[in-house]
Amino acid sequence: MTEPLLSVRNLRVEFPTRRGILTAIDDVSFDIMPGEVLGVVGESGAGKSLTGAAIIGLLEPPGRIAGGEILLKGQRIDNLDAEAMRKIRGKRIGMVFQDPLTSLNPLYTVAQQLIETIRTHADISEAEARTRAVALLDRVGIPAAARRIDDYPHHFSGGMRQRVVIALALCAEPELVIADEPTTALDVSVQSQIIDLIKEICAERGAAVMLITHDMGVIAETADRVAVLYAGRLAEIGPVREVITAAEHPYTAGLMGSIPTLTQDNARLVQIPGAMPRLNAIPQGCAFNPRCERAFDRCFKDRPDPIDRGDGRKVACWLYDAAVAAGKEKVNV
Amino acid sequence: MLAYIIRRILQSVLVMLVVALVSFALFRFVGDPINSMVGQEATIADREALREQLGLNDPFLSQFATFIGRAVQGDFGISYRLQQPVMELILSRLPATLELALVSGLLAFAFGVGFGVYTALKRNGWLSNTIMTVSLIGVSLPTFLIGVLLIWVFAVELQWLPSFGRGDTVELGSWTTGLLTASGRASLVLPAITLGLYQMTLIMRLVRAEMLEVLRTDYIKFARARGLSNRAVHFGHALKNTMVPVITITGLQLGSIIAFAIITETVFQWPGVGALFINSVRFVDVPVMAAYLMLIALVFVIINLIVDLLYYVVDPRLRVDRAATRH
Amino acid sequence: MNRLARMWDSDIAWSFRHSPVAIVATVVALIIIMGAVLAPWIAPYNPFDSASLNLMDGFTPPGVPNQFTGNSYLMGTDNQGRDIFSTILYGARISLFVGFAAVVFSMVLGIGLGLLAGWRGGWVDSLLMRIADVQLSFPSILIALLIFGVARGFIPPSMREEVAIWVLIVSIGLSDWVQYARVVRGAAMVEKSKEYVQAARVIGVHPTRIVLRHILPNVMGPVLVIATIGLALAIIAEATLSFLGVGVPPTQPSLGTLIRIGQQYLFSGEWWIILFPSIALLLLALSVNLLGDWLRDALNPRLR
Repeated sequence: MTEPLLSVRNLRVEFPTRRGILTAIDDVSFDIMPGEVLGVVGESGAGKSLTGAAIIGLLEPPGRIAGGEILLKGQRIDNLDAEAMRKIRGKRIGMVFQDPLTSLNPLYTVAQQLIETIRTHADISEAEARTRAVALLDRVGIPAAARRIDDYPHHFSGGMRQRVVIALALCAEPELVIADEPTTALDVSVQSQIIDLIKEICAERGAAVMLITHDMGVIAETADRVAVLYAGRLAEIGPVREVITAAEHPYTAGLMGSIPTLTQDNARLVQIPGAMPRLNAIPQGCAFNPRCERAFDRCFKDRPDPIDRGDGRKVACWLYDAAVAAGKEKVNV
Repeated sequence: MLAYIIRRILQSVLVMLVVALVSFALFRFVGDPINSMVGQEATIADREALREQLGLNDPFLSQFATFIGRAVQGDFGISYRLQQPVMELILSRLPATLELALVSGLLAFAFGVGFGVYTALKRNGWLSNTIMTVSLIGVSLPTFLIGVLLIWVFAVELQWLPSFGRGDTVELGSWTTGLLTASGRASLVLPAITLGLYQMTLIMRLVRAEMLEVLRTDYIKFARARGLSNRAVHFGHALKNTMVPVITITGLQLGSIIAFAIITETVFQWPGVGALFINSVRFVDVPVMAAYLMLIALVFVIINLIVDLLYYVVDPRLRVDRAATRH
Repeated sequence: MNRLARMWDSDIAWSFRHSPVAIVATVVALIIIMGAVLAPWIAPYNPFDSASLNLMDGFTPPGVPNQFTGNSYLMGTDNQGRDIFSTILYGARISLFVGFAAVVFSMVLGIGLGLLAGWRGGWVDSLLMRIADVQLSFPSILIALLIFGVARGFIPPSMREEVAIWVLIVSIGLSDWVQYARVVRGAAMVEKSKEYVQAARVIGVHPTRIVLRHILPNVMGPVLVIATIGLALAIIAEATLSFLGVGVPPTQPSLGTLIRIGQQYLFSGEWWIILFPSIALLLLALSVNLLGDWLRDALNPRLR
């Protein structure tokens, strides 16, 4: 059994506010294997981006990691000092943000930004760094890379800019790339190109990808495994094929039902009634119980931990706890 | 780019013409030039003759044209009060003001940027809070009060620095400078601080606000996500992006320094154009007022022009033509 | 009573009660304002009455009986025998009067022009905004000085003293109208395009009514902030002009004039002439400024 590249164990992220402590990520655990693509999916506010920020150590104060561990190749990285964490960023973990327009400093050329990043992590000459930069730019699909590398970010179109961002995130050869909604800000026609690029280029380099998105369609096409987050908690995790075709957690099932497909017979799309609770109003027991058709008495009292279903599949739902499910009383919501 | 420059220059000329008009109106209609120039004994016939001689009965436009013609050559007539050519008076006192303005401007900029960056990076330290409080007081204190209090502490009580005048100056061609003598430099200290303090607090608050904004941007987050060092992030990226608006606003401040010099020069009896102007207001010495107005307008217009060009050089997004020729 | 209770509970009041700076600033400002307003009743002497001045009383240190006349003064006297304490009260009175009047003038002018520009649009708007831009690029003290100088040129010397205060108010007021105009213009333009305004116009409601009932209430908040900070600036401007000798007439000294006199006697040791007026001016300007700063933060929706 191979060692996981990244291991998140019982992660807890809190935000102290004037009105009390908000728990944005509550006891979330998952692993990412070397070279695999893990999709992290959920609604806005479910905690996906925060998980990515916590992993790379860029949580904005007052948010902080209040519990759990994050291990990169077996070593803890959540408790490193600032300088040690800085060395990891870029070199071992890279990140791609959502909006390519604001991700690049408008006052520097692409060449300057690439070369600076490369030389931060590798002790090579400027000329050598430039050669690498041009090659990388070419690889991400920028035509006439040698010439365009000296352009400023505003000279590129949206899709091209995101390619530059990908190049920047990968230029120090990280082992894990966290892509936080990398295509949300792009034109639809360009989205699939960028997703494919991320997948290919990471596969080439053997880098794993944590693909954060709210778009299940992207996950279906690109990811190997998927983790579903709800209200800061892990609802379900497993191989993509299985989770999509045979979702076990009622929330995941609801999500699948709400995706339009060409083969679906339904006259209407299934919609999950209600809305995800706000962080300061999470119900007792399972966070999904107000909206769940299959909720029963236990669901309202205790919070379910992820239950191992075999083959790397886990579901956080009382329905799959044999002992509990046997004696359940259905409660109509 | 050439088109841009030409357009800006034309705009500047237009502004100057408007100011010239105001100046001229001042010159011509405020007070009676004849009364100011001749004694009480002059007869009405004499005054009429003088009127005719000075062209005061000509149509407005031709008088205006003459005014402009003379102004361009630097001829603003004779000061009512001092009976000397106005241009001569102004030129002889200009080096004093310019030197003061430049030194205090540099001081204000250096300390303003320094403090601004520090209080942005170390938002909650005691030193930051102290600096911010002092800056608030600096904004509330009138310039003249700062000057007077400085004189009291450093010239009267401690006797470290002189309390008025420029000290010994050295002539370099048509310029006189106080920078080359010890007493000249000593005399420069208090006035420069007085003049620069207000500007410094403005710059400091501006730099701090801008830098805090920049530090929240995505590209700074991305730079950190790439593992760039704190120094590279703060000074290579954040500072450079902060400076773009700061430089332009500071440049515009330079003009107002020259105007604020009026107060400082009065407090320290500094022999500059500001003191000249104040006296001209007191005694309604219109030629000097008009000339000072034109001079200040010229300075502002030139500074605005330079700042616009500087913006163009510093911010690549403004170089539209290059982008238009790409894809 | 209920209304008062509701005001006490409102956001602004909460913010005020929890900001020590705002409370202290208001208290200090109120003390000075009260002192100034009640000056004729609480000041021991009337320093503006030249006839009552005795030169022999001059240069008396604070609290020490004068060697010639035996009078003693709380804060000493200046070179002309004026009681410094009384002069501070009367001087603050003038400073505050000029300050408030100048602010009211700027406000009325600025709001008027702003409404005109925003409502009419077109060339009226462009022209006014051009003028505003040009005026903004010059420091206001310069503009005030210029207007003062021009006014002086038109007024014969005999009348200068009487109208000095009004000229001062007008020149300071004229130099500071732009910010009000800008804010109001912006609001006017926003409201102008809203449907209810267009509906009102179609019905035939008079524009003045629309303006007064709908646009003005929206801008009161920002205008108040500008006015408070503007008051501090006006007070400082008046002090500066008086210090420079082109403000209030010498027989009615304000704080700026006192400081000017005080500077002349710094070296000879009559420190009280300059110290007390300086403190008074500093406290006044600082407290009004702090109030304005606090008000701006309290009314800023982004910071809530």
